[in-house]
Amino acid sequence: MNSLKEIFKNKSQNLCSVFFTAGFPGLNDTQKIITDLGSNGVDFIEVGLPYSDPLADGPTIQHSSEVALGNGINLDVIFEQLQSIKETNKTPLVLMGYLNQILKYGEEKFCEQCVACGIDTVILPDLPMIEYETHYKQLFANYGISNVFLITPQTSEERIIKIDGLTDAFIYVVASASITGAKGEISKEQITYFERIKAMNLKSTLIVGFGISSKQTFNTVCNYANGAIIGSAFIKFLDTNGVDNIDEFVEGIL
Amino acid sequence: MKSKFQADKNGYYGQFGGAFIPELLYPNVKELEDNYLKIIESESFQKEYKGLLKDYVGRPTPLYLAPRLSEKYGAHIYLKREDLNHTGAHKVNNTIGQILIAKQLGKKRIIAETGAGQHGVATATVCALMNLECVVFMGEIDIKRQAPNVARMKMLGAKVIPATSGSKTLKDATNEAIRDWIGNPDDTYYLIGSVVGPHPYPDMVARLQAVISEEMKWQLKEHTGKENPDTVIACVGGGSNAAGAFYHFLDDSTIELIAVEAAGLGVYSGESAATSQLGDVGVLHGSKTILMQDEYGQVIEPYSISAGLDYPGIGPLHAFLNESNRAKFMNATDQEALDAAYELTKLEGIIPALESAHALAVLSKIDFKKDQVVVVNLSGRGDKDLETYIKHLK
Repeated sequence: MNSLKEIFKNKSQNLCSVFFTAGFPGLNDTQKIITDLGSNGVDFIEVGLPYSDPLADGPTIQHSSEVALGNGINLDVIFEQLQSIKETNKTPLVLMGYLNQILKYGEEKFCEQCVACGIDTVILPDLPMIEYETHYKQLFANYGISNVFLITPQTSEERIIKIDGLTDAFIYVVASASITGAKGEISKEQITYFERIKAMNLKSTLIVGFGISSKQTFNTVCNYANGAIIGSAFIKFLDTNGVDNIDEFVEGIL
Repeated sequence: MKSKFQADKNGYYGQFGGAFIPELLYPNVKELEDNYLKIIESESFQKEYKGLLKDYVGRPTPLYLAPRLSEKYGAHIYLKREDLNHTGAHKVNNTIGQILIAKQLGKKRIIAETGAGQHGVATATVCALMNLECVVFMGEIDIKRQAPNVARMKMLGAKVIPATSGSKTLKDATNEAIRDWIGNPDDTYYLIGSVVGPHPYPDMVARLQAVISEEMKWQLKEHTGKENPDTVIACVGGGSNAAGAFYHFLDDSTIELIAVEAAGLGVYSGESAATSQLGDVGVLHGSKTILMQDEYGQVIEPYSISAGLDYPGIGPLHAFLNESNRAKFMNATDQEALDAAYELTKLEGIIPALESAHALAVLSKIDFKKDQVVVVNLSGRGDKDLETYIKHLK
């Protein structure tokens, strides 16, 4: 069974996920960040694979990707880092990257490496549903890998139902029509959108992301979904504070 | 019969094309995909598009038999004078068409990316004409090296936003435009300037540029009695002028098609934009194509003296023409392009754009048969490049 589903069996409220960019702020910070997030109550962790052209990301994550690439990070190094903590880390990891990285690395090789590192969930924002169904569904299934789809305020009901059917791990509910990055408050329109999705009674776990930056925004969206993902806010924290005191960041949210 | 060089229903040319877009863009792209053919094929669109091309843009552009160039290279060399279009390049063929589509879709705000600034100017121009808000994304570095075009866009009422991410050139301007579109899905239309991007853009832009080869056919017939040339030569950055110049000749394999890429300081110098030589299969700006990338799929920043050819990919149609050997891919260095520009100026009294000069530069590398009919697509004029030309003039 998918490792996130195991988690969701015992917990379906206030699920907390944190995103960070592998290789940022320092090349070898990956392991410490994962360990500290996990030991402070984060339910699952998204590991961003730095990319030169991250279309769906705002300035904060773009910047972290640039720094990480400058530090010399690449997929081989990331997989080595993740493999080194495979035995000690108990928090499920989700890889988030862009399709071209996987194409170039080799799709089979990418899947093999995921399995070797105990990773069974990926988010590829620029892999559309039709391409997934025709080219990746079977491949991922062969390796026991679940793909996470995104939905947005513009996604039609019909399409959401289709995505619900294809979903194994969770549905990534994009909080607003925007790229990643903090927006401050949750607006009335967003609440209406969350209520609309909640009322659909989907079978999948719903995790909200994009613009979740504080205890307040986290708690607000958890009223309508099973949990939320914090990304840019944590990257900003790392940029200012480095990798010490990650516990303080998590305490500030939970 | 449907040509194998037309995009299929999912936007593929062979293995290349498609729409690799985040879910955030799905409704926007789907709306366009569902409507673009209906609109383009409608009588009212055709009437307005052709009317504007004739009376506003100044089409048809001449097909000029260049006598001294022909004498020098021992062939009948014709220049398709896209440089004589309003705004100085072929780019306006596409922006006129897309602005009519955007209006039809009820969009109020137009965004665009630009490299050299030619597409930005052509977009700002049609936005002024149609009284629509215009925002152009341009790499910070390109803003500095193409100052006259930035001034033109501003005078035309466009807002020019510098792209400060990544390498601060065309690919980053494209990223920024896509990010803006993600954030403004309802009222905004993304007017892409080349045969790149997610389906339906490559097919739509090719259709709107196809007027170039459509005119070539009847013009050649007038000149030579035959509507087909032996060879068509065009430069390729993203590839919109080449797509337009090749379009009506794609299915006749007896017609030689030559695409010319920018080799910068030399194909293997590390400072080049010759994507077909240096790239391999990947996904860039929403389509599967050939792109310049490192072993981990990170996009490599290209280099060319010409900002319009300074792009790390090529449109999916061109990736397919290259793979299937339907088109021959050649290249020209900065220096060869400069020399070709000086030569055309001296022999024919025409100052070409640096982009178009790359197409001219391969004339000296080809053994022409006597009486071979060659058309070079002179995609733009050189006013914008004067500073570079003066700097390198010996």
